[in-house]
Amino acid sequence: MNWRAIWTLITKDFRVVLRTKAVLIPLIIVPLIMQVILPAGLAIGAYYIPTDSSDLQDLDTFLKAAPPTILRDLQGLDDSQLFLVLMLVYFFAPLYLIVPMMVSSVFAADSFAGEKERKTLEALLHTPLTDRELVVGKMLAAWVPAVLVSVLSFALYTVAANAAGWPVMHRIFFPNLMWIVLVFWAAPAASAVGLSAGVLVSSKVKTFQEAYQLSGLVVLPIVMLVLAQASGVLFLGPFVAFMLGLVLWVIALALIAFAVGVLQRNELIAKL
Amino acid sequence: MQDVPLAISTENLTRRFGDLIAVDALTLNVRTGEVFGFLGHNGAGKTTTIRLLNGVLAPTAGKASVLGCDPVTQGAVLRKRTGVLTESPSLDERLSARENLTFYANLYDVPRDQVGKRVEEMLESFELETRDTEKVGGYSKGMKQRLALARALVHHPELLFLDEPTSGLDPVAARHVRDLIRKMSQEEGRTVFLCTHNLPEAQRLCDRVAVLEHGKLIAMGTPTELGQQIVHTTQRVEIEVGHDTVHRALDLVKTLPGVRDAISEVDVITAQGAGREAIPGLISALAAANVPIYRVTPQEPTLEDIYFALHGETPEAS
Repeated sequence: MNWRAIWTLITKDFRVVLRTKAVLIPLIIVPLIMQVILPAGLAIGAYYIPTDSSDLQDLDTFLKAAPPTILRDLQGLDDSQLFLVLMLVYFFAPLYLIVPMMVSSVFAADSFAGEKERKTLEALLHTPLTDRELVVGKMLAAWVPAVLVSVLSFALYTVAANAAGWPVMHRIFFPNLMWIVLVFWAAPAASAVGLSAGVLVSSKVKTFQEAYQLSGLVVLPIVMLVLAQASGVLFLGPFVAFMLGLVLWVIALALIAFAVGVLQRNELIAKL
Repeated sequence: MQDVPLAISTENLTRRFGDLIAVDALTLNVRTGEVFGFLGHNGAGKTTTIRLLNGVLAPTAGKASVLGCDPVTQGAVLRKRTGVLTESPSLDERLSARENLTFYANLYDVPRDQVGKRVEEMLESFELETRDTEKVGGYSKGMKQRLALARALVHHPELLFLDEPTSGLDPVAARHVRDLIRKMSQEEGRTVFLCTHNLPEAQRLCDRVAVLEHGKLIAMGTPTELGQQIVHTTQRVEIEVGHDTVHRALDLVKTLPGVRDAISEVDVITAQGAGREAIPGLISALAAANVPIYRVTPQEPTLEDIYFALHGETPEAS
């Protein structure tokens, strides 16, 4: 395996994406809204919500369905604190997975459909890269930035949540163990799902925009996860986060195995 | 010449896409160090042949040997030794010329300590050094083509595949590219496999040519060899005569032995089918008819004549 060539591919794709507004803007805006503005807004909101508000009383219904491990974490919190912790630690957790998924699918869409659209793929296929190096290089080029962005946005989220939540919590309350599992186990898996979706869609369409829009559908199961948790069907504790990561890895590896077939040089060039 | 080692040899190389036969039982040899012209209309199978020879596309049948490698099983090894100028420049327009060249130098495994020097060398050779940090998107078509050529050469390949290298260029830029190709072959000893439908260009550059039609090879040889095959149909003599006598001279030339047909344009009569041996008879007959003669030029078949004769078409009158 020629790791020098693979690293060259990764750094080039990264450099190119940083210069492409259509790709860069969603990469900045989405994490910024979801990991900074929304949690900060909520934390500030929690400070001003009166403790006898009916909204807070509704949380009781939710708490009745929560498993004991989560209830232990929530003991001793007043209503405002409870609202803040439930929102920022639990309800936002599945939403966080949208970031790595989206980033990797955007990179993958730009990397394959974008290369086709810009007619740069043929010259790449004529280089000494083997099919396997091309696949590994292109996939890592989407996966590595997605993992980096997700870790970075987790760092931002940690700062935003603790800073904005300070007036209510008076202590650093974020992250917990579930989030650590989520960020370092489930998020890389979500990135792998996003990139394989991006690769598969890219092989069927001609432009970056088409690939980007279609591969965006991959976040739909995450939205379902958000709804499942909000309705009390599912609670993300460390074990559930671990299992979620496992399921995502299995899906990702199956999709990647399928995508590798699509990324054969012989197949790619025949479709140019 | 027969002892020169072969850079490329193919035997019944075939590629199908569904029902379409893009390359049909192609058998050819390209000698090391020659500029080999691969001629054909758009869609004749030229680009597919390059892809097959460079191990990017697998053949449906037949085999090839390129620089001693089998493109199917040794594609990666082979591609380290070849350079390709694809039909569209295929450059990343969001990167600068320097970044594009550095990217490909690394992919082609140019030794790390030589990458910078090679890039400089290419920028200088292709006269791009003054705009090396600008994004390629802002370059003219000629500059992009020069950069694409530089990219094809950055790793010093032994064999170059050039797909329509002057397509869409203005005459000055096209001449610049032709000079570079000549230099690569004559001074640097590289083998050049030149796909083109620009016949005058092939005539100027190529040692030998092959003509492809619907994926099939219909002729191969030096332009002179091919010309000899069709000389009887394409040779002609041009005679410039006095302006007032053109019509009379044209009627007379048409009746002379060895002349298949004759046409006139301004004061020049073209006697079709007439070779050098017909010139004395033409001059005597015209002189006897008091036709002033200012110039007589025998025309050898051009590659264009050969090409159109092979395709059963008539070239546009010059």
